[in-house]
Amino acid sequence: MEAMEVVSIARQTDRVTTYELIDAIFDDFVEFHGDRHYKDDKALVGGIARLGNMPVTVIGNQKGHDLEENITRNFGSPHPEGYRKSLRLMKQAEKFGRPIVTFVNTSGAYCGVEAENRGQGEAIARNLLEMSQLEVPVLSIIIGEGGSGGALALAAADEVWMMEFAVYSILSPEGFSSILWKDASRAKEAAEMMKVTAYDLRELGVIERIVPERNEHGWIPQEDILCNMRTEIETKLNELMNLPKEELIQSRYDRFRKF
Amino acid sequence: MRLFKKRAYIPIQQAGEKAEGTVPSVPDGMFQKCPNCQRAVYSKDLGEEKICPNCSYAFRISAQERLRIIMDDGSFEEWDEDVVSVDPLEFPGYDKKIVQAQIKSGLREAVLTGKGTIEGQAVAFGIMDSHFIMGSMGHAVGEKIARLFERSTEERLPVILFTASGGARMQEGIISLMQMAKTSAAIANHSKEGLLYITVLTDPTTGGVTASFAMQGDIILSEPNALVGFAGRRVIEQTIKESLPENFQRAEMVLENGFIDKIVPRNELRGMLSKLIALHV
Repeated sequence: MEAMEVVSIARQTDRVTTYELIDAIFDDFVEFHGDRHYKDDKALVGGIARLGNMPVTVIGNQKGHDLEENITRNFGSPHPEGYRKSLRLMKQAEKFGRPIVTFVNTSGAYCGVEAENRGQGEAIARNLLEMSQLEVPVLSIIIGEGGSGGALALAAADEVWMMEFAVYSILSPEGFSSILWKDASRAKEAAEMMKVTAYDLRELGVIERIVPERNEHGWIPQEDILCNMRTEIETKLNELMNLPKEELIQSRYDRFRKF
Repeated sequence: MRLFKKRAYIPIQQAGEKAEGTVPSVPDGMFQKCPNCQRAVYSKDLGEEKICPNCSYAFRISAQERLRIIMDDGSFEEWDEDVVSVDPLEFPGYDKKIVQAQIKSGLREAVLTGKGTIEGQAVAFGIMDSHFIMGSMGHAVGEKIARLFERSTEERLPVILFTASGGARMQEGIISLMQMAKTSAAIANHSKEGLLYITVLTDPTTGGVTASFAMQGDIILSEPNALVGFAGRRVIEQTIKESLPENFQRAEMVLENGFIDKIVPRNELRGMLSKLIALHV
């Protein structure tokens, strides 16, 4: 399959959302709101839940299935208050010793005047700084689009997984081709070159694991995918929770140090 | 009375003869246009610090010039000069672009790192140079900055980083993005040891550099008028479909918004940095 086809699948509005994943994978989810500084960002949601018998903090970008919902969710593109809410929930997870799961699905941090004035750059920078030192495990799963620093701010994690038809890149292929070739119509060519697919990124070592969405019989039913994800997440979190915290932080350091 | 009598003009020179063949000769580089106030400035009037005498705008300067005006003479020792870019996407023409940038800037990559002294006080340094592919951050920039903080942590040195960058180096794709996490983690380790990190934002500091090490300093200084932001102005204008005010993303406004500690004119920077380091000994 061509890279640009994968990009368009990753962007489809009927793709599974963070709320649906939380609903299918975790129990007893309680959503928490607000960054305690400015407001509640609806593009980025989070709270606590239970996975098996383990309390977990879950955070993710929420996109909508239709235009109206997407406007409410700002198409999954957070403002600085979204990143500050995310960090607040992560520090809370650290305090109570529970692991963190993030679901990434954003074309990027929102580009707007208010976002700039409230410090979009600073918010992302702070998350990257703090996440590198978190004493609890972080597992990130890119479920749709993973765009730029706005995605990385949720994915500076111990492990990063991707759904088979998700993409992760420095910039959209359209943006990439317009910057480098001054021609947005060469997006298809850009997508091919940029190594945006899960398979390319696993080869580069940017992600550890691919969550299959297709097999030899075609598309795997969503409930089977989610059921499988639940098992894999639980196993991985248990494994990471057993590491001494110094080792956990050091291996997270080494994970990004290699690039 | 003949009030409106037309008098005969007196020609002072034979203008036609003079203009022929002789174009006024101004050597290249003798005058420069100030990007801020748009006025022509006699290059010598800019001085060593390259400040516009009309509007005080600090011209973009090279890493080597920055080194000269900030550090004690002869105190600089360069680190990791052999770290060069990778080409993970095998992007067409990228290797040539690097070579051209190297020739143009006299640097091997967009950041110069090392250690030296300011008024006798030891510091580690990183100086980004916007003349090298717009100071963009790829593997080499990220690697040099990570090593700068790792070695400064070992040697227990404060770090001063002068940022100047258009953001991530697009030609290196996702590898550029990973540099943001890599440098942030190295800075966090330096910080955990109680060591001082000062960033000096210079024109322009944007994109992935703003969203990582530029905004992670214990103290964030800026030069006057520097462009400081995350998203590009044009991108925002296209998103919101309206033009933005002149002072948008200028250091003075970013300070008003609460993201910069102090704006320091270039000719006072050395003194200010020296004072701040002395307060942390």
